[in-house]
Amino acid sequence: MIRVLVSRDAIDIAAEVERLEQGGAVATFAGLVRADDGVATLELEHYPGATEAALTRLAEDATARWSLTAVAIVHRVGPMAPGERIVFVGTCSAHRAAALESCAFLIDRLKTDAPFWKRETVEGTTRWVEARAADEDAAARWS
Amino acid sequence: MKLLYFAWVRERIGLAEEDVMPPADVATVADLVAWLAPRSPGHAAAFADPARLRAAVDQAFVPLDTPVAGAREVAIFPPVTGG
Repeated sequence: MIRVLVSRDAIDIAAEVERLEQGGAVATFAGLVRADDGVATLELEHYPGATEAALTRLAEDATARWSLTAVAIVHRVGPMAPGERIVFVGTCSAHRAAALESCAFLIDRLKTDAPFWKRETVEGTTRWVEARAADEDAAARWS
Repeated sequence: MKLLYFAWVRERIGLAEEDVMPPADVATVADLVAWLAPRSPGHAAAFADPARLRAAVDQAFVPLDTPVAGAREVAIFPPVTGG
């Protein structure tokens, strides 16, 4: 199973995990809006069509590389508040190593390979978040 | 050719998309950016530093030296910041 969803709706982790339970090992990652640096609102913009295609390609790559039985990539777009879930990645395989490694691969590569842009509002001022070199390095370790 | 702009590129230009007919000497995405820059003060501001731009041709991420001949859709945007 490959499940890719880009949505303005809140992410239901329990429902996502239940869908993934198709083998001996499930690994998951959830990213939340950080409350540090005084961020009041975070807004996610994306490139409809290209985003879903990029996420599907990553899910297919992970499925082939780690023999996964299920993969889910769910990414929220639109405005959200600190503490809310932005992204969920989950993988299922026969054994834990494949599930854990592929989950790390997916979130590392999602950060550099999928067309999303974050804009944050801090003390009434809105600014686009800059890309981080550390994210490029994290993605590069999988190539 | 349909152009799509995202994030601060879209904001500076003031458009999410536009249709253009570049001349034959516009061979690559970088050429396209240079050709678009003088269209308005917003284009000039968005495209002032091509090193900060990324692109997709027909929805595939590509380097700026990629040819645009035959492309239906070219997107120009800042480095991505999802996840």
